[in-house]
Amino acid sequence: MSEILFFALRNKKLKAGLSIVLFFVLLGLFGPLISKYKDPLEYVGPGYQPPSKDFWLGTTTFGQDVFTQLVYGIRSSFFVGLVGGGLATLIGLSIGFLAGYRGGLLDEMLMMLTNILLVIPTLALLIIIAAYLPYRGVLIQSIIIGFTAWPWTTRAVRAQTLSLKAREYVNLARISGRSTLKIIIYEIVPNMLSYVFMVFILQFGGAILAAVGLDFIGLGPTKGISLGLMMQNAVLWNAIQLGMWWWVIPPGLVITLIVGGLYFMNVGLDEVFNPRLREM
Amino acid sequence: MLEVRNLKLYYRTLRGYVRAVDDVTFQVRDGELLGLAGESGCGKSTLGNGLVLLKPPMNFVGGEVQLDGEKLPIEDYERMRDYRFKKVSIIPQYAMDALNPTRKIGRYIEEILESRGINFESVRETLIERLRLVNLPERVLRMYPIELSGGMKQRMVMVISTLLNPSLLIADEVTSALDVSTQKAVCLMIRNFKELGIVKSIIFITHDISVLYQIADRIMIMYAGKIAEVGKTAQIIQNPLHPYTKMLLTSLPEVGVRYTERMLSGIPGQPPQLLEPPKGCRFKERCPLRDKVCDKDPPLVEIEEDHVAYCWKVKPNA
Amino acid sequence: MLEVVNLSKAYNVGPLGKEKFYAVDNVSFHVADGEIVSLIGESGSGKTTIGKMILRLIKPTGGKIIFNSVDIQSIKNRKEYYRLVQGIFQDPFSSYNPIFKIDRIFEMIREEFYPAITKEEWSKRVKKVVEDIGLNPSEILGKFPHQLSGGQLQRLLIARALLIDAKFLVADEIISMLDASTRIDVLNTLIKLKEKGLSVLFITHDLSLGYYTSDRTIILYRGSIMEYGDTVKVFKKPLHPYTKMLLESVPTTQKVWSNSYISLHGRNVLPSFCKFYDRCPLGDSTCKNVSFEKFEESHFVACVKVTGEGEHVA
Repeated sequence: MSEILFFALRNKKLKAGLSIVLFFVLLGLFGPLISKYKDPLEYVGPGYQPPSKDFWLGTTTFGQDVFTQLVYGIRSSFFVGLVGGGLATLIGLSIGFLAGYRGGLLDEMLMMLTNILLVIPTLALLIIIAAYLPYRGVLIQSIIIGFTAWPWTTRAVRAQTLSLKAREYVNLARISGRSTLKIIIYEIVPNMLSYVFMVFILQFGGAILAAVGLDFIGLGPTKGISLGLMMQNAVLWNAIQLGMWWWVIPPGLVITLIVGGLYFMNVGLDEVFNPRLREM
Repeated sequence: MLEVRNLKLYYRTLRGYVRAVDDVTFQVRDGELLGLAGESGCGKSTLGNGLVLLKPPMNFVGGEVQLDGEKLPIEDYERMRDYRFKKVSIIPQYAMDALNPTRKIGRYIEEILESRGINFESVRETLIERLRLVNLPERVLRMYPIELSGGMKQRMVMVISTLLNPSLLIADEVTSALDVSTQKAVCLMIRNFKELGIVKSIIFITHDISVLYQIADRIMIMYAGKIAEVGKTAQIIQNPLHPYTKMLLTSLPEVGVRYTERMLSGIPGQPPQLLEPPKGCRFKERCPLRDKVCDKDPPLVEIEEDHVAYCWKVKPNA
Repeated sequence: MLEVVNLSKAYNVGPLGKEKFYAVDNVSFHVADGEIVSLIGESGSGKTTIGKMILRLIKPTGGKIIFNSVDIQSIKNRKEYYRLVQGIFQDPFSSYNPIFKIDRIFEMIREEFYPAITKEEWSKRVKKVVEDIGLNPSEILGKFPHQLSGGQLQRLLIARALLIDAKFLVADEIISMLDASTRIDVLNTLIKLKEKGLSVLFITHDLSLGYYTSDRTIILYRGSIMEYGDTVKVFKKPLHPYTKMLLESVPTTQKVWSNSYISLHGRNVLPSFCKFYDRCPLGDSTCKNVSFEKFEESHFVACVKVTGEGEHVA
């Protein structure tokens, strides 16, 4: 354990990724408190304003404060990542684990389901589901994303379970008279934790990106604000052509940085957990 | 002819250097198969790999290596490219996994040769002749590695690594994962490669001394990063002098020994860890002959021609 | 004590799983009380599968395993069975969950088999068996698996089986990962236990280990038994061409290999033919429907080419 901590503290990629993500977590948490305006959708000043003392990141065409929108957008992005990514991880983990551990017919059925979902383009599915919902909030969006993003996790977790199941210590526990449940809890799950952690980070980033995609094509939350909606609005109102860089660039940049930071964390963690990848 | 002088290869770890190969001097003569034996962690594989594929975390700390009178830049991975495969070749421990699974074997060989600037057609005949030598049909070239058994892959790698007639071939535990019948065949084939002059000399690394008795001209025993004893095969097997070699040989169960007739015994204790190895003889902790003098580095004692041991307790011509 | 009757394990292979591959094909043998029987075979011979079926880790597709006159599949309570039948696996390093201290393999047994015994009493017992197998408890207990050597880990697994007080032990290639200087101690431990009444199925690919340790020997090839009998008889007078080939291939420091021909190419076996037929120097169209013949007292062979004198007819 201390060895893992040691390598974690030494790993530059992990540290860089973690710093970026933490910075935005803090910004999302405390940004709304330091922002002068409380409602991201309220018209608080003249439109077309470049960044200034009153409007830190300028205003939109209609005079909404971009900074306020951005910090609330970050909040909703992290929410989607947490709920959507968490849900996808949870479903993927349970199904993959069950399939891998039980094997046999159950495995075949579950994997068939997984494979079918895997080949259906997720975005198309998301569009269909989202389009038929009369009311859409960030929570509903997260749940939809969570329910569609799990198949690859399932496959990965199943493979991992199969490999762990074949370890001799699982057999040893079995011939020690241990029940299946105890074997899963004590022998398999602990050895999968690092893996689950990494899967969650990837799903987290994936859910954020999926939400942005939905928002951008107009299937985002019908109420509230998100980074994707900001981008959609900016494009819709010709912010690029009008040279309103302060409206266009921040949401895109923040998304890129958050997702990039998460991927850096993932690569870093991989190196920490996998001794063969450790940099000497 | 390979000459290795005072070679030191250390592994860098967080807690310091692991002295896997520590001040090793030996030579392999032309036309000779040198068997390198020892237990896991004695540095035999490090030595074999270090001569061809030295890269971090393995570090070159000191010493000199000469092959056919020419200095080998083993510490420089890039410069070794000129020698690797052409002058000195290795069949790695997991040779079976060395073949590219996505390429047909013939195509894979072609690619390796091209990357070395050699035309495939120019060696085609040699290749086919070599395949016959190791009892593989020509059609394996059109097959994928997955279609071959472990023993076949092992022989395939053997053919590839000796295709350019390197002066020295290093075989690292190549038969350990094979069945006894396949092991015998592969061992005899390797020796045959030397006898046919395809390679001038061979270092055959194994943990199994009885395999060396079958094929080696000389045997070198390593213990905890150092050489314990070197001698002709008959000298080592019939007249071992270093206490470690003696105990190792008596702990071997062989067909012909049953516990009811003779209870064998192992060597008590563990090899020292090589992060901070003990001063003097590295075997002293487990040695029944140990006394104070063993705390100093053991001298090289030449007992008879070709037969040397690093031990205070061995007397010349005793 | 343990009897294996016509045991088979088939896997579905080929397109749509229509063909059957027999990893273990109609194998029968028995292990008596206080006996070490070695099951010798090369990779793919099915020896590990047999061991795992005895340990109920794999389900057989045919035949049965009878332990103390009871078919083991009918024993509903697994614990009851594992109290008497235990196993040790090939890889000592993978036999321990890397994140826990090694003491856990003993604690697990107390929890599952002897919950009535107090922790203090149990730790005394653990210390005692660890000493019995020749290790120093204070140097060993409380350590993590990666801090111990393969030999120590493997011997602790024997201690574990001792603590359960098992009567039958499946030892699957338990020495193959160990160094020469320590493997013999593990074997000697096993032999001492056998002398106290333990029965052992000693699974190995190494003929010398089998010869050193066992009372009787079974030679397995591609899922079928080729020859079996008293260890000394099988080794001193091998009858089956496969046994002969194995013995000629084993490297020793007594005798240099003869340059005899070894066929390495095994093709698919035709049904009803001897499994060694395609590699056998004597193989011909008569090598069909082989059955076991008694050659001498406790020495049997399945080969149509063996004559009464133990010579082969061409």
